[in-house]
Amino acid sequence: MTTDSLQARPDELAPRTTTTASGGRSRRRLLRTGAGRQHHAGPLAYILLGIAALTSLFPLYFTMVAASTDNTRVTQTPPPFLPGPNLFSNLAKAWEDAAMGKALLNSLIVAGSIATATVLFATLAGFAFAKLRFKGRNLLLMLVIGTMMVPPQLSVVPLFMMMSDLGWGQKLPSVIFPTLVSAVGVFFMRQYLSEALPDELVEAGRVDGAHSLRIFWSIVLPVARPAMSVLFMITFVHAWNDFFWPFVALNMENPTVPVALTQLSAGYVKDQSVIMAGALLGTLPLLAMFIVFGRQIVGGIMQGAVKG
Amino acid sequence: MAPFFLIFTAFSLYPLLYTFWISLHKVELATLDIMEWKGFGNYTELIQDDQFWNAFANTFTIGVISTVPQLMLALGLAHLLNYKLRGSTFFRVAALAPYATSVGAAALVFTMLFERDFGMINWFIELFGVDGVDWEDSKWPAQFAISTIVIWRWTGYNALLYLAAMQAIPRDRYEAAAIDGASRWQQFRQVTVPGIRSTIVFTIVLSTIGATQIFGEPLIFGQGPNGISGGADNQYQTLGLLLYEAGWKNYQMGRAATVAWAMFLIVILVFLLQRLLQRLTSSRSS
Repeated sequence: MTTDSLQARPDELAPRTTTTASGGRSRRRLLRTGAGRQHHAGPLAYILLGIAALTSLFPLYFTMVAASTDNTRVTQTPPPFLPGPNLFSNLAKAWEDAAMGKALLNSLIVAGSIATATVLFATLAGFAFAKLRFKGRNLLLMLVIGTMMVPPQLSVVPLFMMMSDLGWGQKLPSVIFPTLVSAVGVFFMRQYLSEALPDELVEAGRVDGAHSLRIFWSIVLPVARPAMSVLFMITFVHAWNDFFWPFVALNMENPTVPVALTQLSAGYVKDQSVIMAGALLGTLPLLAMFIVFGRQIVGGIMQGAVKG
Repeated sequence: MAPFFLIFTAFSLYPLLYTFWISLHKVELATLDIMEWKGFGNYTELIQDDQFWNAFANTFTIGVISTVPQLMLALGLAHLLNYKLRGSTFFRVAALAPYATSVGAAALVFTMLFERDFGMINWFIELFGVDGVDWEDSKWPAQFAISTIVIWRWTGYNALLYLAAMQAIPRDRYEAAAIDGASRWQQFRQVTVPGIRSTIVFTIVLSTIGATQIFGEPLIFGQGPNGISGGADNQYQTLGLLLYEAGWKNYQMGRAATVAWAMFLIVILVFLLQRLLQRLTSSRSS
């Protein structure tokens, strides 16, 4: 059921300069399947897509507009549609009043460590599952897939008790450690590597007498790089936006961005434009990433449904 | 598949069983190591608690109001994105921008747009002479507003999943349908939708699991203490909020574990229903 949405197809992710073996294969497949429908879009399609894009982007634009005015202007009707002059002073207020500075740093640490560890473990495990033959391989893979299906909120109560046993209550490790390894990531890398990495390359390394770790370093890593960077960005987005468990595990003195944003809404800050400035601060890092790497992230999501 | 289910049960069973074990006890947040045996006491209390059934019903209605339009809109959007387009990268990235917005930021800006006195949505409907709505105060407007946040955040993401599946449909199927005289709409119904069937099932399962766990949107929409209780009359309290309220506001961890188990049973129930539906529809079409 899930397999076709979880497949990482190398022909879309890899740059065109990868080995000729996989490049040739993917080009043939493209010819065979075609790219779905080939109709050109008519004016109506463009109008509808324009409305869709506007709906997607307007709330973000309005966040920026509201964050650049002041409380009196935001709470008037008609609401403001154009930016005002107070963007930087509001950002500075949000930075101080709502602990957004600390929250941004915490989120950077949390999302950065989770994404780094996930990519590392997922690439290692994905390589092992895709290319190494060892006893119990299929059994282990099923185990990994099995953990994908555990609903996260079910483990919140035992997890919370465990963290307070460990003395990690309210501390960053309590949100980092439970999500260091992602089964979805392992599956994603396995699918990618089993197609993108030719067996002959691994065999050639073996013949040259390289051990598995050396093969991993000098043969697997270069091939896996495009998928690794996509997995990093998608995991980063998810870890940055993860809400329920950080909200339970952390407090307002030591929050991640989403946790600090709930504080903004809960009446600690009265000025509506400062609230919006906080929301903007919490979103800007990811939006910047999207503006630069949007195409790669879109490709990654289309190649593998990485959610949660 | 038999060993798969064995391992799945073995592995996902641990947090499940531990949560269940906790749910059979009275455990207070301040004294987590003291567990007082209660048997099924938490469960009988939960079943007799109107607030639980209220949260159950709210989770269901918010789930339906957010999931059904979301997936239908995603299907339409994917269809549009599947045309040959100028600027297709722009449209795809724009569709995905809400996915990059954290639930906190999204809920904050929508809370402002749905504000009773100065919100843009009330301003807009008042332009047409319709009275503004107190979105937070009454049940259906609040649930509609909360669902809007969910729909906004996830439609583009699901559309990209559908688009990926649509692009894998062999073109000759469309050609064959066109030769048979099928109109574009018929091609969409008879080629596109069956062609991405497994992805549709996948997104339904994911969105349903997501919907049973809705938490951040109503929490922030309530702005403060009203958030955890899901409104003054619990009019939009979901099971996720009830779990949090039980464990971390009322300090009853055993009770929170009981709510978690109830949520799990609901997910199982949805899966069984979906299986049943799938079997019914596939036996009808074959």
